[in-house]
Amino acid sequence: MTEKTKVKTLEKVVIRFSGDSGDGMQLTGTIFSNLSAIFGNDISTFPDYPAEVRAPQGTLSGVSGFQVHLGSRKIFTPGDKADVLVAMNPAALKVNVKNLQPNAIVIIDTDSFQKRDLAKALFTTDDPFDELGLRNVQVISAPISTMVKDGLAEFELDNKSALRCKNMFALGLVCWLFSRPLESAMHLLQTKFAKKPAIARANIKALTDGYNYGHNIHASVSTYRIEPTTFEPGYYIDVNGNNATSYGLIAAAEKAGLTLFLGSYPITPATDILQELAKRKDLGVITVQAEDEIAGICTSIGASFAGCLAATSTSGPGLSLKSEAIDLAVISELPLVVIDVQRGGPSTGLPTKSEQTDLLQALYGRNGESPLVVIAASTPTDCFEAAFWAGKLAVEHMTPVILLTDAFIANGSSAWRIPDLEKYPSITPHYATSYKGDDWKAYRRDSETLVRYWAIPGMEGYTHRIGGLEKDYVSGGISTEPLNHQKMIYTRKAKIDKIADFIPDLKVQGDEDADLLIVGWGGTYGHLHEAMEILHEQGKKVALAHFKFINPLPRNTEEILKKYKKVVVAEQNTGQFVTYLRGKIDNFTPYKFNRIKGQPFIVARLVEEFTKILEA
Amino acid sequence: MSTEVELTYSPKDYKSDQYVRWCPGCGDHATLNCLYKAMAEIGVAPYNMAVLSGIGCSSRLPYYMSSYGFHTIHGRGAAIATGVKTARPDQSVWLITGDGDCLAIGGNHFIHAVRRNIDINVVLMNNKIYGLTKGQYSPTSDRGFVSKSSPFGTVEDPFIPAELTLGARGTFFARSIDTDLSNLTDLFIASAKHKGTSVVEVLVNCVIFNDGIHKTITDKEYRADRTIFLRHGEKMVFGKNKEKGLVLDGLKIKAVTIGEDGYSLDDVLTHDAKEKDPTLHLMLAMMADDLPVALGVIRDVEAPSYDESVASQIRDVQSKSKNHSLKDFLLTKDVWEIK
Repeated sequence: MTEKTKVKTLEKVVIRFSGDSGDGMQLTGTIFSNLSAIFGNDISTFPDYPAEVRAPQGTLSGVSGFQVHLGSRKIFTPGDKADVLVAMNPAALKVNVKNLQPNAIVIIDTDSFQKRDLAKALFTTDDPFDELGLRNVQVISAPISTMVKDGLAEFELDNKSALRCKNMFALGLVCWLFSRPLESAMHLLQTKFAKKPAIARANIKALTDGYNYGHNIHASVSTYRIEPTTFEPGYYIDVNGNNATSYGLIAAAEKAGLTLFLGSYPITPATDILQELAKRKDLGVITVQAEDEIAGICTSIGASFAGCLAATSTSGPGLSLKSEAIDLAVISELPLVVIDVQRGGPSTGLPTKSEQTDLLQALYGRNGESPLVVIAASTPTDCFEAAFWAGKLAVEHMTPVILLTDAFIANGSSAWRIPDLEKYPSITPHYATSYKGDDWKAYRRDSETLVRYWAIPGMEGYTHRIGGLEKDYVSGGISTEPLNHQKMIYTRKAKIDKIADFIPDLKVQGDEDADLLIVGWGGTYGHLHEAMEILHEQGKKVALAHFKFINPLPRNTEEILKKYKKVVVAEQNTGQFVTYLRGKIDNFTPYKFNRIKGQPFIVARLVEEFTKILEA
Repeated sequence: MSTEVELTYSPKDYKSDQYVRWCPGCGDHATLNCLYKAMAEIGVAPYNMAVLSGIGCSSRLPYYMSSYGFHTIHGRGAAIATGVKTARPDQSVWLITGDGDCLAIGGNHFIHAVRRNIDINVVLMNNKIYGLTKGQYSPTSDRGFVSKSSPFGTVEDPFIPAELTLGARGTFFARSIDTDLSNLTDLFIASAKHKGTSVVEVLVNCVIFNDGIHKTITDKEYRADRTIFLRHGEKMVFGKNKEKGLVLDGLKIKAVTIGEDGYSLDDVLTHDAKEKDPTLHLMLAMMADDLPVALGVIRDVEAPSYDESVASQIRDVQSKSKNHSLKDFLLTKDVWEIK
């Protein structure tokens, strides 16, 4: 280490890797996050990629980014603005201007900052930094492409393959900047390219060259040290929300002693769930890639009828297509988990961006009176808990459950302690064999929970017919009797309402005597929590009530929402949750905070708005 | 030594306690009765059977069987049946559907079920009309057909279920008429024995909205001359006295009278339902106008079934894996320990 280089110890830092969608920024970011997690930092990541697989090279629309926030204490969000930006081309620099701290470190590949490249990114002068008004950033300019080509001269790779390694050179530089040992990065590359050892060696060479370059250039920038944080003892992995959702379903099936079945159709940003579960044949998971969204859910309904823990995964437009089939599961009272990884809408909308705009669709978007359970996951790792709960409530209460996640938490990742399933609650399918009477019928119900009993093909003595037509309350046969219909409507609703007795109460974090209660649900938890922490540091009294269970609501919801002088409901839509709450709680008139930009909340903005409300 | 008790069932064991609500004279009654008989013959226990359907007159059928039954939503029966069979390959899965349910709203699910060759038995009751909504034309109605929604005649050509089935790479297709009870029962038995998607098209009469639609082939006076019942390994002969036969004339099928124009029985084609190449099966299935309508098992070829392939792939992966629980698997990832 040179004398010029100062080592600063930081609590947390935000790094953004940005380049062309073909530059391998997602891989670079993932490896850096993983090695930081292995080093002992808490992490939160946010991949931000374009909808096009390969937009024109070097253009603004083709920029792909991966942001990671690491810290020596608990990290709740991927961070607002980057302290370090890796910009592989001028377009990446331009797109990220608004995401930069004023004195950020910017690493650029000078080989791709030539006249032609600047023109592609619509720069009009030779000095992109000046043009963008970036006067205080510290720039590390390195001819990355040239050095990678030179460094790999002996590898007998063609030019294109050699240049593919330049992301690893950049990663090496970042590792130097944060004093990260290279061993775990090397190990991750060896695993990633296990079948292509030559490519693995080339990537490792570029990585090492990048690290050494940083070390040798006497760069007059600060390097950073982020101390390891303290975690609960155990085995950890890095997990994104979609994988955590998949594992939560597997865990629920394991606990219930059922086969997990997923019928699904590929759709951004939910496809990872299908892909992950398709790989889990080792654990006996059955997946069907159906011909369309409707068949995705219908194969699952068939599997549920046949006795599986059945799920289907989708995003907004797919949820619309599944509506009629969800209603079939409602009236036939079959267990089913429907996962909606929300993205920007309406219609095709913003497929790769995040929103909370499907809430009312999940609650009400079907014909007839159609009550079901709605749950929302709050963080990437909470997707595991939420999916487990979804499976548990579906199977034990014979109902479809819609699990809402979103693109932000589905793609974002965090360090996750491998759970002890022994400590999780049991899941007991409500089988017909547990019916006590001697006159079993398909729609006999448990008198307490109103849950009907599950009889599956192959069980002798329990054959029955169900379907989408209204049933007689007693016999389960088809009935068009007016009074019976009304009774069935109220019974289906009461069955869902009673689930409130089986879910945890809402917990409030922060000050008991808060002047402002922040209310949120789903994937905004990290940002709302961080905003609360900052307000606490400023001496303000605030609390946070974050909802996982949306329908039914926890029993203590009204008591909590009415306890505070001021309440603000913050969500990424025009006010869907607040509309719902106001329908449930009389005289509830909270403040609202709504942003629908397809991007996560910005903590600084939340703090600003909440302060205004406190001062109002 | 254990003694195996052979369980036997009679057709009444498959009847449910529900009153059958189809119109008197509807061809669906005959289809249902043949199904009862076929089930008894196959000997599958009612509790090991799942009978699924979509929406329409024919889709009411599951209520009338004592098996596990599921009357689902319009057109989606094939997808739901796919889920049932993939989840439980050990169960006998039947899909009851009609021309509207299967070939209009459910067309996509139908062709994909056939393409996957999932081992379900499809009973497609084709009356060329929408009965439950009281008389609109269906995707199998002939061009020019006048109905409540086509008062001046349709201006579209119909699907031929066999053509769609074979076009979707179907491995089993059979056709029958609702009045031919003994053959229909046999076709259901053959379809149950087939591993893969089997489609049995039953040409049924709708007495209310499309009475006599299949009359030109079902009436006793023309039936022998206007239909041919194909049997694997047998000569393709038809007519009251089996005096007519089918021969190949270039790339076309021709009906000839044996002993006339120099044609002998040796010239008549022999039906090979097991031939993998579907060309001749398609030509036979498409016969109309001057040629007799083909009935019987037109195609019955072996191919891997989807449900079995899914199950065997899982068995295969599991036999090579050390993971028996989620935790086993998670520990194989890039794990770090915090003490």
